[in-house]
This record gives sequence, structure tokens and C-alpha cells, in this order.
Amino acid sequence: MGAYLIRRLLLMALTLFGMSVLIFVMLRLVPGDIADILTNASGISDPKEKAKIAHELGIDQPILLQYGKWIGGLARGDLGYAYVSEQPALDEILPRIPISGKLAGMALFFAVLFGVPLGVISAVRQNTRLDYALRVVSLSGLSLPSFWLGLLVLMASVQWFGMIPIYDADRHGFWANISMLGLPAMTVGFRSSALIMRLTRSSMLEVLRQDYIRTARSKGASILAVNFKHALRNALLPVVTVIGIEAAFLVGGLIVTETVFNIPGVARFLVEAILWRDYPIVQNLVMLIAVVVVSVNFLVDMAYMALDPRIKFAD
Amino acid sequence: MAIIDHDAALARAGANVTGFWSQAAFLARRYPLGTVGAIIVAIFVLTAVFADVIAPLDPTATNSKASLAHPGSVFWLGADFMGRDMYSRIVHGARISLAVGAGAMGLGAVIGVSVGLASGYLGGWFDLVLQRLLDIMQALPLLVMAIVMAASLGPSLRNTIIAIAIPLVPTVARVVRSSTLSLREQPFVEAARAVGMGELRIAVRHVLPNTLAPLIVLATAQIGSAILVEASLSFLGLGIPEPHPSWGRMLSESAAEYVRTAPWLVIFPGVAISLTVFGVNLLGDALRDILDPRQRS
Repeated sequence: MGAYLIRRLLLMALTLFGMSVLIFVMLRLVPGDIADILTNASGISDPKEKAKIAHELGIDQPILLQYGKWIGGLARGDLGYAYVSEQPALDEILPRIPISGKLAGMALFFAVLFGVPLGVISAVRQNTRLDYALRVVSLSGLSLPSFWLGLLVLMASVQWFGMIPIYDADRHGFWANISMLGLPAMTVGFRSSALIMRLTRSSMLEVLRQDYIRTARSKGASILAVNFKHALRNALLPVVTVIGIEAAFLVGGLIVTETVFNIPGVARFLVEAILWRDYPIVQNLVMLIAVVVVSVNFLVDMAYMALDPRIKFAD
Repeated sequence: MAIIDHDAALARAGANVTGFWSQAAFLARRYPLGTVGAIIVAIFVLTAVFADVIAPLDPTATNSKASLAHPGSVFWLGADFMGRDMYSRIVHGARISLAVGAGAMGLGAVIGVSVGLASGYLGGWFDLVLQRLLDIMQALPLLVMAIVMAASLGPSLRNTIIAIAIPLVPTVARVVRSSTLSLREQPFVEAARAVGMGELRIAVRHVLPNTLAPLIVLATAQIGSAILVEASLSFLGLGIPEPHPSWGRMLSESAAEYVRTAPWLVIFPGVAISLTVFGVNLLGDALRDILDPRQRS
């Protein structure tokens, strides 16, 4: 166990190191840098001006030196300065994290709230009309682009309420968050709930065929007790994995949903920074996302081990 | 004691169904949702191929008089801000989606299969290094990886295909690798080796064909994701550049303000994306049931 943990942590460190090299190199391949964009935007075509900007930002230095500076800074908690705002990148990124975090948390909450019970119902009523309808709904959840779903939600709220939910950073409290982030969270969570529902269904179908379910039925346990106590508890294991993976993959949905609903979170910030070639922001945000994904995968494996005593990882 | 009605059992299994059309009808009855998916996919492919014939107007021709025209007899689905016909643009958009969906999946599958086959068949340090590389690529969600790739390659149709294909590689490689690992130990591989067949030929001729069933299932699902990722990239302004009629791009031009003023610009391209991906997913589900009986629901 101890050896397994150490090996796992070393592999995580290796993956993150590889990601830092990959993202750093890929960003430097981008045609055109911030100096080009700034000079074009201000109408300056003097190459001396451009070189001055490049020098000020340090992007004229050798790439290895730039990488070393970045990683050295990361180790000290210094993420460098954003090119566009000229503020410390940390101050730009940190306040946006809770916004995306809240949105992701609510989305995951909705996804589990709808996904798990509907999956159970679909499995228990296998091959009925209800099952078919639920399967079509869940498959459509995987087919609708979340940005389009977001636009439809906006359209509906214009139609019914005559307004669009606007994010206001000065509003605090539980209900304010629900009213500002509820609809976007449901938009992001729809896809995840569809995936969770499909997986709960197939996992439940597997478990419902087991002998101990027949035993529970024959000893006279109520339908509810059999389905939810005996079957669901065992069927949830693979679902936990998917919830974990979805938690990381929600980032993709967050990017487009934050754009559609104009929410100033980290995910939308990544796209803005990419369009501006704001390397310090992009590379730190990508590393942040990679850290979240890798840690979530690790936690899911740990949860798996805790939940299923049959699983033991070899040392 | 139950009496087995052999004829009824055979009919249920479709064993006595012969002829192309009756077999097709049998499959359609057995997999109704998959049939719907196959029909949607067929319409999508035909639309893409015959877009020039189907579209009544030039998808890129602008017309200042028709700016934001409502859906009607000339512009069936309305016109966008530049007066371009939405119906023609959506028809031509099928071409982009098909090119990206099939192109990204094809490229991703070719690289993924080669990597997975080599990794599983050769093993050793080669396998170890490739697996760590795949770990790195999988540390970012598909869309994020595609966004970074697309930004570093620059916006064009070819680059969008590459930017989506590369993030698809790890899943394909992992699936092929794991089936290769178990196939490598099978007696028929040993037999091929015993008759003096070269290793490359064994890998390509004997191991690879046996990995195809899970691969087809995965590839179908990935066409759907590739189309969705392209739409998202183009929506964010990082995918297919103007004036190409990409469905995602059409939604980004028409985003928030048109939600109030010109809803047809928001509704129709989204319907096209969703319906296409829905059809691909339905077909994929049915293919999984047919090709991968262990996962049958």
C-alpha cells in the first residue's frame, strides 16, 4: 500500500512535469505573440517598438531560460505577471477560482441529483416506454452542445422573464448564488447527468441479475429496499468513477457556458488569455486544470479502494 | 417443463432471415433506435456530399438588403447579419462537420492504433515511455487540449482536424493496447510465429483485425465528440475561420444579442449539430450492442 502510494505520487509528479514542458513548448509555437497583437492594435509598425515590448515582457530570451524562470517562480508561488493587465498572474487567477468552483460544484450536484435516481428507474423498468424515453433524453444530453443549450436557456428566460440572468460579483449569499448560477449550472450539469444516468442504468442492470438480489426479494424485502438498499449500493461503484472523471471534464463545459452566460470564471479566462497570447495566464491556468484532473483521478482511485474491499492494489 | 418451440426461437434470433432487404428489416425491428440513428447519419452524409446541389443559394454570398431577413419563401431559415442564406449555410456546414468528424477520428485512429499496437506488442521500455506520454496528454480534458492545440496551430480546417485528432489518440491507443496485450498470448499468434511469420506481419494481419470490434464502437462515439468539439472551438473563435459555414461558428456570430432579435440564427445551426451528433450516438449504441455483446444492455 505504502509503496503503491509513493509510486502513484511519483507518476503524478512526472505527468505534471511533462504537461508543463508540453504546454510551454506549444505556446511558443503559436504564430504571432503578444508583441505583435499590441503593436497591431495600436497601429505601431516600428520594429524597434515591437522589440522593446518583447524585451520588457522577457519573450526575447532563450526558451530554456524562460521555462526555468517560470518553474522556479511556481516553486516560490510566483506565477509571473499577466501581459494584458500587467497585474501579478496570481491576483488575476485566484479571485476567479471560487466562481468556477461554485458553478462546477452546483453542476455536479444537479447531475447526481437527477442522474442517479433516473438511472435506477430506467433500469428497474427496463424495456418499458419510460425506459426508452429516459434513454433518448440521456442520449440527447450527450448530443446537445452545452453552449447551444445555454443559448436556448437564455432565449427561454428572455421569453418568460423578459430578462437574462446577469452575474454580479457584488451579490453574495446562498440565494443570490442560486439565482445567478443556477441556470448555468444546470446547463453544464445536463451532460454529466446524462452520462451518470446511462452508467447507473447499465450498472444497475448488472447488479439486478445477481443471486443476492433474488434472495433479498424472496425473503420479502420491499421493492424500494431491494432496489435502493441492496442493488444501488453495489451499482454505485462504477458511477463514482464516472462522477470523478466528469468532475474534471466539467471544465470543458464550463469554458463555453461561462462564455455564453458572461460569468467571469477561470474557464472563460483561459480562452480570453489564449486569444490575447497572454502566456503567463495560459500556462498557469493549464497547469491548474492539469493538477485538478490528476488529483481528481487519484482521489477517485482512493475512493474506489475504500468503497470496494475486493480491490487491493499490488505494491 | 417448458417445451422449446424451435421455429419461434429461430425466428426470434433471425436465423432463418435471408436476403438483403429482409435482413435489413429484421435489424430495423431489433434495433429501432439504431435504425433511426443510421437514417440520420445517412441524411447527414448525403447532405454533405451533395451540398452544392441541395443548397439553393451560395453560402458565402453576402446581401446587405437581406440582413437579418426572417425565415420565408426566399430565405427558408432566414438570413444572418450579412444577408447570407441560413439554409444554404447549414447545408454546407454539414460538409465541414463531416470533414472534421471523419478526418479527426480517422487521423486519431491511425495514430492511436499504431501507438497502441506497437506499445502492446513490443512492451518493455517502449511501452513504458508511450504510456507516460499518453498520461500527460490525458491530464487535460478533451476540449482544453483541443483549444490549446488549435491556438498553437492557428485557425484553418486542416489545423482544426489535427487539433481534435491528437487529443483523441490516447483513448484509441489504450483500447488497442489492452486488447493487443491479451491477444499477444493467444495460440493463433504462437501458431503464426511457429510457421515463421514475421513479427510486423503477425501484428498487422493477425492481432490488429481482432481489435477492430471495440475500435469501431469507440470510433463511432468519437465522431460525435469530434463534431461537438469542432462546434465548441469554432464557437469560441478558435476553430474554422470565416467565411466557411461552420455550425459552431454560426452560433458565435449570432450569440447573445440575437437571442432577443433573431432567434432563428440561434435555433437552426444548433438543431443541425444536435441532430447529427444524436444520430451518430444512436448508431454507436446499436453498434456496441451488435459488436460487443459483453456490454449488451
